[in-house]
Amino acid sequence: MTRLETTDQLIARLAATAEPVQRLRPPLLRACLWLLVIAAISTVGILAFADLHEFARRISDPKLVVEITGTVLTGITATIAAFNLSLPDRSRAWLLAPLPFLALWIGSSGYACYREWVRFGPEGWTFGESTHCFMFIVGFSIPLGLSLWWLLRRARPISPIPVALAGGLAVAACAAFLLQFFHPFDITAIDLAMQLTAVGVVIGVGCARPPVPA
Amino acid sequence: MNPSSPDSQEVTRDQTWTGLMLRAQSGDQRAYAQLLSEILPFLRGLARRQRHSPDQVEDVVQDVLVTLHRIRHTYDPSRPFTRWLATIAQRRGIDLLRKQIRQGRHEIWDEEAYETFADPRATREQEAHDATAGLSTAMLALSKGQREAIELVKMQELSLAEAAVVSGKSVTALKVTIHRAVKLLREHLVKR
Repeated sequence: MTRLETTDQLIARLAATAEPVQRLRPPLLRACLWLLVIAAISTVGILAFADLHEFARRISDPKLVVEITGTVLTGITATIAAFNLSLPDRSRAWLLAPLPFLALWIGSSGYACYREWVRFGPEGWTFGESTHCFMFIVGFSIPLGLSLWWLLRRARPISPIPVALAGGLAVAACAAFLLQFFHPFDITAIDLAMQLTAVGVVIGVGCARPPVPA
Repeated sequence: MNPSSPDSQEVTRDQTWTGLMLRAQSGDQRAYAQLLSEILPFLRGLARRQRHSPDQVEDVVQDVLVTLHRIRHTYDPSRPFTRWLATIAQRRGIDLLRKQIRQGRHEIWDEEAYETFADPRATREQEAHDATAGLSTAMLALSKGQREAIELVKMQELSLAEAAVVSGKSVTALKVTIHRAVKLLREHLVKR
């Protein structure tokens, strides 16, 4: 490579253009602020449009409680992981943080599919509200993903792909959590497959368009 | 901790760099220039440890300096500066190595081609060599009689009479054979 300037010249140029900078707030604080804003907006949407009576009936099922807990904890830990991974000196092990909760979410959803199959036989595998689930997760992930991408790009991550992976999972999990309020049915295997496909699509889009690298 | 021990020196160095970075984040250009100059030996050492060739070390160092400049707002003064810097340097160094590997996969190193085409005289030699190779291939397409006629008259430069004696053919037959052989050779060489 032919260098255009010596290292001393480069240092002089960088120092001459060094304006005061505003330091980023701690990643945990930034993640919590984003989650709070999303929670506030979602609460308004849920109160206005969700069938809360139906949701109250369904939430008495411990399986659903486990599933929702897994989903929401996946969203929270993946958000915190994404903000941490966007900084250079934070451990890459943050990428593993959401995995136990992801396993809980997918495991409990899978158990629900199995239970449907035992109860209803082959009808338990029928096409439920799959298209609706898919469109809901992908549709809600767009505004969630854009807002998270805008915040994460401020860190100009030097390794954008892990950030996009965690961010994509966070967005998909938050959208899947919201889906529970608008999806008054027990999940079928095809619903679960469609949900996982939607999660994969959101993570894939996140990786294809990662936050602007340094 | 012994104040002169390597650990103690590293702590002191880190504190100095943290102080300079703090001032740099506030817009102190002199502190920033001092910091960038002071970290150069550290960055060069890291690049060498990553097995970059001596001429690439400075490329890595400059890349790290530019990256540090772009993301200096991400440094948290409550955390060790050296670790923050080392992570940037290591990732940038790895990026450069990956880039070289990717480029290496799409490039073919042909030392002979370089040496031949760098010098116009060598190019002519290469062309002559290529032409000879082509002629040898075309000669294989000739019949035994035609090949013999060409070798005697065109390569050994015998006269038609001398070639007629050697081949046992008449001069007229030799002329016809050579004419047909040259025509065939021309066709083969044009096809190439």
